[in-house]
Amino acid sequence: MSISNIFGIAGTALNAQITRMNATASNLANAGTVSGKEDEAFRGKRTVFKALVNEEMTHAGAPYVGGVMVAGIVDDPTAPRRVSDPKNPLADKEGYVYQSNVSEVTEMVEMMAAARSYQNNVEVINTARQLMLRTLDITKS
Amino acid sequence: MNLLNRTLGIHDQALQVKGRRLEVLAQNIANADTPSYKARDIDFKSVLSGTQAQELAITATRGQHFSSGEAASESGLLYRVPFNTSFDGNTVEMSVEQAQYGKAAADYQATLQFLENRISGLRKALRGD
Repeated sequence: MSISNIFGIAGTALNAQITRMNATASNLANAGTVSGKEDEAFRGKRTVFKALVNEEMTHAGAPYVGGVMVAGIVDDPTAPRRVSDPKNPLADKEGYVYQSNVSEVTEMVEMMAAARSYQNNVEVINTARQLMLRTLDITKS
Repeated sequence: MNLLNRTLGIHDQALQVKGRRLEVLAQNIANADTPSYKARDIDFKSVLSGTQAQELAITATRGQHFSSGEAASESGLLYRVPFNTSFDGNTVEMSVEQAQYGKAAADYQATLQFLENRISGLRKALRGD
């Protein structure tokens, strides 16, 4: 039954978009963090989406063919900024700290995009629900 | 059973195809942010008149000839040609998909309305009042 599949497909998308929104929230929360070592500096997290093309790709969190899943979360490869801040207790011997490579503006845009996509999928579910209810009403005609 | 089939006519199959089309469009919207995802759609006409299309197919008399029409699979699934190319190879255009989904939902309701009318007619005949 194809209409009932829509709920599952849009559901996987809602899941994926929420994961993306979570990553964005984490990035924004850590936008101002600094670290004493370069490899310990916070790096922005990016979700990577993958389409569920066939039955084998589905799993417990995303059981619908045609839906979407989060294939992984990768670090933003941009190098963290090295800033001189000798008074900072985290500063290294030379007085430098490493700022996270998160750009607040990019994250805000990312958050808006995720929210819009989420809303789109909610609308898809709403429409499908209305159509399904109307299909059930056929017995009353 | 035959009577029922004749009463419902083509709308029975049409409802199923339109339901399937809604599903395909929902898949497109779900994958709006998936890199390299290619948006798809169902050619309603070709699915519904699948047998007729085969008769009308142009015969390829030479090896270099293209077969007529797009190589539509049995399910009628075709790839959408995007208006603009995108950076990540995704061909889902949200505005297009939203418009198509709205239209598909209206189409589905139209078929539903036809079915409702047919069924209420049948009911009237059975009741005989």
